Amino acid sequence: MTIRFTKDHEWIKLDGGVATVGITDYAQNALGDVVFVEVPDAGKVLEQGKDAAVVESVKAASEIYAPVDGTVIEGNAALGDDPSLVNTAPEGDGWFFKMSIKDMAQFDALMDQDAYKSFTEGL
Amino acid sequence: MGDTSLLRTPLYDLHVERGAKMVPFAGYDMPVQYPLGVLKEHLHTRARAGLFDVSHMGQVRLRGADIDSVIKALEALVPGDIAALVPGRIRYTMFTNDTAGILDDLMVTRFEDHLYVVINAGCKTEDLAHLKANLPGDITIDYLGDDAGLLALQGPEAAAVMARLLPEAADMGFMSARAAMIDGIPVQISRSGYTGEDGYEISVGAADAEKLARLILAQDGVEAIGLGARDSLRLEAGLCLYGHDIDTSTSPIEAALNWTISKRRRTDGGFPGAGVVQAQLAGGPARRRVGIQPEGKAPAREHTEIQDLSGNRIGEITSGGFGPTAGGPVAMGYVDTGFAAVGTDVQLIVRGKAMPAKVAALPFAPHRYFKG
Repeated sequence: MTIRFTKDHEWIKLDGGVATVGITDYAQNALGDVVFVEVPDAGKVLEQGKDAAVVESVKAASEIYAPVDGTVIEGNAALGDDPSLVNTAPEGDGWFFKMSIKDMAQFDALMDQDAYKSFTEGL
Repeated sequence: MGDTSLLRTPLYDLHVERGAKMVPFAGYDMPVQYPLGVLKEHLHTRARAGLFDVSHMGQVRLRGADIDSVIKALEALVPGDIAALVPGRIRYTMFTNDTAGILDDLMVTRFEDHLYVVINAGCKTEDLAHLKANLPGDITIDYLGDDAGLLALQGPEAAAVMARLLPEAADMGFMSARAAMIDGIPVQISRSGYTGEDGYEISVGAADAEKLARLILAQDGVEAIGLGARDSLRLEAGLCLYGHDIDTSTSPIEAALNWTISKRRRTDGGFPGAGVVQAQLAGGPARRRVGIQPEGKAPAREHTEIQDLSGNRIGEITSGGFGPTAGGPVAMGYVDTGFAAVGTDVQLIVRGKAMPAKVAALPFAPHRYFKG
């Protein structure tokens, strides 16, 4: 299992050919209380850096971008009933969607855990 | 730390000490939330009591040779019935322009010898220039300054909290004000607010503001509340936010603020745009501000298009978000008058998709003002 991070504070975890995507603890903390999440349907084709999901806090709506090119396998239905999972378990049960990866080179080029840590410390 | 080009209220250090997230707002560095977070701050205010720093708002005293001349001068700029106020009473009104557009909304308190006016932070410069240009030369415009203190204590426990500090506050009527002393601090206190809850607004000098805020925050049941929750509280209460729900393109009648204009002022006019207001009162405005209740879970934000069920554009959301007390999305906006009846089915275009919604009665959270 390998995890990578984007500069937009998404994480993408690869496990047996399936990648799971969510937002980082840093991101959920910046957003505040999440009250609504819109996840993509299975089969949706995603393009790196383009809109993939929406997360809304009391304050505002934010777009979640696809960390790499690929196709959605499953959206996290649990977020419909309990969007606060994004706050309480951002890197666990609060995941947004699972996807297949089209080009592994895109995945490999993202930040690893240490690089992301340095990145957020510099913000 | 912080942006030095921004103004600071007298409570700036206290906000930072309490761990507030500070954001630029109307030229001030303001707390949008504290570590409690917007959701819990909102719910705490509805359950107990919240203290808000609203020192960014403009406080002005208008004086003249006699109070009647000051009242007459201000009435030439607002549709509110200021002459009907007895000393110590407050009225909500607005500055209008010649087409009945709203330049700002304001609270006017009549005291024995002067009027006290509270204007929006973002409109201060324009409002003061407007007053200077349009009030007769013998009216003095005394702006209390960019650092004057103004606190709001709001919520069902506000009265009990304030009674411990100022027993005479307990039986103050809604929309009344008086001068008082709290622990040796001279203040002006009013029973008013912007949350739909019972509560007070307290004007205090810059030098005493932090001491007073600490005294109130030390009381059982009180939490500091940021601008984020202030916005969701006022939205649920159906109260307008200037620059969003009302502006120069909206008249008081379109904004459903008819209740702020008395029979005398409707009949006699004598304020900018009176002809437009009278025509809209007689014939009905072409559009009207209404509550909008999305039927799903997705919030509809400001500028969301409102359509009829055939897909024709009938208006736009002007404030929208998640209402923590309502437990779901709430919004308000303008619709063509034919669609303004409560219960009318409409659709909202959110991220390109049509979402079902209904025109809803305001407020979303019942007002709980003090009734005496």
